[in-house]
Amino acid sequence: MKLQELQELPNTRGRSVDYQKLAFDYERHADQDTDPPARHPVVVVGAGPVGLALAIDLAQQNVPVVLLDNDCTLSTGSRAICFAKRTLEVFDRLGCGQRMTDKGVSWNVGKVFFKNDQIYSFNLLPEAGHERPAFINLQQYYVEGYLAERAAGLPLIDLRWNNKVVDVEQQADHALLTIETPEGNYQIAAGYVAACDGSRSNLRQLLGQESKGRIFKDRFLIADVKMKLDSPAPGRPKAGERLLGGQRGHEVPSVGAQGFPAERWFWFDPEFHPNQSVLLHMQPDNVWRIDFQLGWDADPEQEKKPENIMPRVKALLANSAMKDAQFELEWASVYTFACLRMDSFRHGRVLFAGDSAHGVSPFGARGANSGVQDAENLAWKLAAVVRGDAPDALLDSYASEREYAADENIRNSTRATDFITPKSEVSRLFRDAVLELAKRHGFARTLVNSGRLSVPSTLHGSPLNTADTDVFDSQLVPGAPAADAPITRADGSAGWLLRELNPAGFSALVFGDGNGGDDLAERSARAVAEADPAVKVVRIALNSAHALATQRYDARPGTVYLLRPDHHVCARWRQPDTRAIRTALDHALAKA
Amino acid sequence: MNLITTPNLDAPDDFYEALIEAHQGLPTEASHAFNARLVLVLANHIGALAVLREAFAAAQRA
Repeated sequence: MKLQELQELPNTRGRSVDYQKLAFDYERHADQDTDPPARHPVVVVGAGPVGLALAIDLAQQNVPVVLLDNDCTLSTGSRAICFAKRTLEVFDRLGCGQRMTDKGVSWNVGKVFFKNDQIYSFNLLPEAGHERPAFINLQQYYVEGYLAERAAGLPLIDLRWNNKVVDVEQQADHALLTIETPEGNYQIAAGYVAACDGSRSNLRQLLGQESKGRIFKDRFLIADVKMKLDSPAPGRPKAGERLLGGQRGHEVPSVGAQGFPAERWFWFDPEFHPNQSVLLHMQPDNVWRIDFQLGWDADPEQEKKPENIMPRVKALLANSAMKDAQFELEWASVYTFACLRMDSFRHGRVLFAGDSAHGVSPFGARGANSGVQDAENLAWKLAAVVRGDAPDALLDSYASEREYAADENIRNSTRATDFITPKSEVSRLFRDAVLELAKRHGFARTLVNSGRLSVPSTLHGSPLNTADTDVFDSQLVPGAPAADAPITRADGSAGWLLRELNPAGFSALVFGDGNGGDDLAERSARAVAEADPAVKVVRIALNSAHALATQRYDARPGTVYLLRPDHHVCARWRQPDTRAIRTALDHALAKA
Repeated sequence: MNLITTPNLDAPDDFYEALIEAHQGLPTEASHAFNARLVLVLANHIGALAVLREAFAAAQRA
């Protein structure tokens, strides 16, 4: 089938599309008959979640993009299933966040068990006033399917299936790619190349680079089982209801229909799987993700066999309301993992994003989520450089900012892994001591680490930040991602702060409506407009409807937050003048 | 705050006796587990990471 035909599918069938079964057509492109090679400003390699997100983002910013994929299918198997609030906010900007959230299972709460007892529970989004939940669980093939459908609606995206890069030649102002197709090789001159081609990145190998770090000696079994139940999967949002301080974002059901709630459950040393850990997640379509630690000595070939998986699953279900339920195995995989990254995410004209650049353990859901954040960091910078609005040096900040974020993710992931799979006797001794103490002592619960779940990095020390000169009592320092809050629009309708921002350029949050005799907000808004009329000014009146926004941004009349196109704060002031804003904008574009 | 390494125990001999008594009759493995829990409880009481790092260093020099 053709990519564009994807858009027709959901409307013509009553049930969900099986994205795993779709095969897309290789089509000959005019570039294959062009000499000298056709030149394109940006080529993205790999049409997984990262490459698709990047291509959509670029197209939304009016940059034509060639997207190459070495096969002709979307994800096989559910693979990455936990998509974080920040990723959903990126998907919102890309025009498909609502669809993901509607289909996904929303959750905020994680519970940790030691043997048979619950020892710890955490709420990843304990405060109201956010449109999106802390997480949704959604099979990777849906995420890729929805992204691919969105891409199909953007004429600036030129997706070429069965196009495999087999050579890269770095030139002064482009990279010459040699591409293998079923009809032979051809070449493209790419202004920039984004390598989003996964953990075994072909581009990385072609450039003679490697991803280095720690390999963990342990094996895990992922079993995705489909329960045969009558009741529909929970996790659907209800209509937003008004609560004190603003509308509630997402309704997360407290108890699922199938006996386990829509929560993340993690067991250390449970009776049904002694001496190892088990992780349970609910997915849409009555599918459950069960992740069994097996130990290093397990035989992957044996463990992959359904007859060996089924008893493990039955043992888990034996003590639940699902003990008599029929189920079938939907997907299984035995895996090991490593925490590693490339030394540099930029090599000349080639920029690495997602698993090609870095890898983490799955505990913490920091793989796909950080990859999507790489993509959004890279998209606006590539767009600005390609348009000539910023120097090439802006792309160096992509590398430094995302290397910083990768280190944070690797640090969190490594710590969780060391706790979950202790690698020495003494490490195991302290781990078990923490778990024992956690039954009765609150302090020990803070040490229990079953995965510190993905949150976006605050880009402290980024060269694009303008340091504070005014005093703020707010976490939203330069480098932090903008926080959501309920807002009331000028026409009186209810909305969300993040949705008001520029989806493809800089924004300025200007607090205060100018009513009540002060003109501080007016002066700030004028200063922004004079500095650069392309910056979208979002006015937030300081009234009771905006109590949460006022608090989260520590806003006063005239307060301005300057936000990059990826909605990270790059500067903030109490009362900026035109020059300060212009300087901060230049700084955020690596012009100064 | 710095790690206190000058004498600070109310009753040194009583403390030492109590510590050994707490281990009395425990198999070695259980003693190790007890010590691990004890370290965690005391570390929480101290709280400050800088002081705890000084304590690690002091213990290493022994």
